[in-house]
Amino acid sequence: MLAAVAPAVGAGVAARAGLLGPDGAEVALAGDAAHRHASQPLPAGAHGGEGHLGFPPGEQVAHDANGFHPRELLRDFDHGRTRRLASGRVLREWELVAQDKEIEVAPGVEFAAWTYNGRIPGPTLRCREGEKLRIKFGNGSSHPHTIHFHGIHPAEMDGVPGIGLGVVEPGKTVTYEFDAEPFGLHLYHCHMTPLADHIHKGMYGAFLIDPRKGRPEADEMVMVMNGFDTNFDRSNEIYAVNSIPFAYVNEPIAVKRNELVRIYLVNLLEFDLVNSLHVHANFFHYFPTGTSLQPTELTDTVMLCQGQRGILELRFPYEGRYMFHAHQSEFAQLGWMGFFEVKD
Amino acid sequence: MEARGAVEPVAGAVRRVPAWVLGLVPLLLIVLGIAVLAALGGPGLGERTGPPVEELSVERTVLRPGEIELTVRNDGPDAVTIAQVIVNDSYVGFSAGERSIGRLDATTVEIAYPWVEGEAYEAQLLTSTGGTVVHEIPVAVETPDRDASFFGLMALIGLYVGIIPVTLGMLWLPFVRRISATWLRFLLALTIGLLAFLAIDAMLEGIEVAGEGSQAFGGASLVFLGAAVAYLALTAVGEWSAARGRATRGGTSAGGWDVALMVAIAIGLHNLGEGLAIGSAYAVGALALGAFLVIGFAIHNTTEGLAIVAPIASGSPTMRRLALLGLIAGAPAIVGAWIGASAFNSSVAAFLLGAGVGAIAQVIRQLAPAIRERSGTALRPLTVLGILAGFAILYATSLLVSV
Repeated sequence: MLAAVAPAVGAGVAARAGLLGPDGAEVALAGDAAHRHASQPLPAGAHGGEGHLGFPPGEQVAHDANGFHPRELLRDFDHGRTRRLASGRVLREWELVAQDKEIEVAPGVEFAAWTYNGRIPGPTLRCREGEKLRIKFGNGSSHPHTIHFHGIHPAEMDGVPGIGLGVVEPGKTVTYEFDAEPFGLHLYHCHMTPLADHIHKGMYGAFLIDPRKGRPEADEMVMVMNGFDTNFDRSNEIYAVNSIPFAYVNEPIAVKRNELVRIYLVNLLEFDLVNSLHVHANFFHYFPTGTSLQPTELTDTVMLCQGQRGILELRFPYEGRYMFHAHQSEFAQLGWMGFFEVKD
Repeated sequence: MEARGAVEPVAGAVRRVPAWVLGLVPLLLIVLGIAVLAALGGPGLGERTGPPVEELSVERTVLRPGEIELTVRNDGPDAVTIAQVIVNDSYVGFSAGERSIGRLDATTVEIAYPWVEGEAYEAQLLTSTGGTVVHEIPVAVETPDRDASFFGLMALIGLYVGIIPVTLGMLWLPFVRRISATWLRFLLALTIGLLAFLAIDAMLEGIEVAGEGSQAFGGASLVFLGAAVAYLALTAVGEWSAARGRATRGGTSAGGWDVALMVAIAIGLHNLGEGLAIGSAYAVGALALGAFLVIGFAIHNTTEGLAIVAPIASGSPTMRRLALLGLIAGAPAIVGAWIGASAFNSSVAAFLLGAGVGAIAQVIRQLAPAIRERSGTALRPLTVLGILAGFAILYATSLLVSV
């Protein structure tokens, strides 16, 4: 009797396990790999399920409360204050202050960040090859910090604990002084230990030394690729350029058709070994570290490890909306994507 | 002496106050004290140090085409706010009834995601403090609709694994009637072995189930609580039934019918747990339902029918009563499958599995006198052999079923 009833159950189960199509017809049997298919998306508008990019529609971080907006960071170059020394050289000065600050790194998610001047990335310090640079650094944070610049300078100005100016304790101020060399795109970051904490919490920025004769006129922008480990498991929950995930999806970067676009791209992503940038429907000339005026490659994708950087130059020949993102799908879907909006 | 003189008038005054007032006054003082403490915010204790504790557990997962629905309960002491949702390393669109979940509250998170049948998913709930709660979906399968055909299928499964095998097992009644007292003792010992195995099995299952879901309602302690409640409740019911039996029959001991009824109730509770396990595994697609599993459960449960009829070997129950016993023992499998597949809650399941354990323990206590020989010893070689045989049978047949 048992043997007789068992197949009946088996049949009932097969009918259940088969996925029903929209018209109720059985279209696939469980376990039939060839018939595997994605479940149907919700009706349009239910959750924006189809072609969804980013956070639920309409959700954005409070840029005002953060004190910075990726739209403004993008083209914000800090030239500092300059004066001419008796020798004829230009002295360029900046003031940086370390600040602890709560930043909304994704809609509804607060992150206890450590910053230079209350923003992540810190100010893009821009100078010209051969100038004398002076950076006054005050530590307004409750943790010890330093500024370590990439560039050519004496050991005592290297911003490393135990050497030269060394660690800057809370409430203390130091002044870093060195010459702007070599020209190219560089970076600065805190070099206090534990290093990963001081970097991933937000203490970094781009440091740009223009060549003596400058570069051709262009629409220039800075993109610092970064991320945030919000749950302290030493991997990132959030990826972005200029800190706020999907910021340039919500507000595409406006560029002019056929105008030269120059992107200063720096990777400061912690925990992941590499990061990358890919531009859709276009190719760019790539200048690694920006230390040569000759591009090394015409490509549409570059890969960078932490601290690596380069300059991209491209023109968009067609109007329209073009995506750019990390070509690691995970990074892209966790926030590191955006659009260029090309118009005449 | 002076002290005593002072106490006596007070004692006298107290004696004149009604007893209910004496009971009420401390209660009122306790309520007042707690109210004052709460109003003042626990004076002297200060703020709690450290960041808020965030504990969320996913109680239930429902997969619909293009959608994953999670029912999330806050297990921790502080309110938790779900800020964003990540599925397989991707931020996703979602809607939640209430983003901020208070202590012990639950909310439903509906996630838009084009999941593919048979694949594994990891959903992360990102809280307002940046913490993550990870929920694994080992195999994505559409959650069955709770329509008539679904309840029908669950009823069919319950029928196959519960009522039919138990009733078949009861067909041993004529055989049990004919055997000698010694062999009947062996069979009763076998029954005890079977039941003891089921109790151990249900206990472990209950603890495992309790560990999977929300811990806010007691976790594994619910299994023991359920066992104690069932044991005490069945003891009380048994005493009441026996007393009534003595009054009507003028007998001196609990009748075989009472014991059989107890065994049926205990096995019914056990089968409720079995149905829960089958139904919940079915709902999440973890159950390879098929002839093998059903046959396994059937063989496994046939022995339970034997356990019911062994105590009534000497009586002459009517067919109606026998059918009733079969239903009491077997039908809960259907109810269990319904609950398990449609409203599975690990806390409730743990409590019910515990109740099965308590019921079995109570039945074993009822059966124990019956395996005792006139000399008074219970553990003769033959009865020990019976108990061990009971273990062996269920151990072997349980290998056929693994939910």
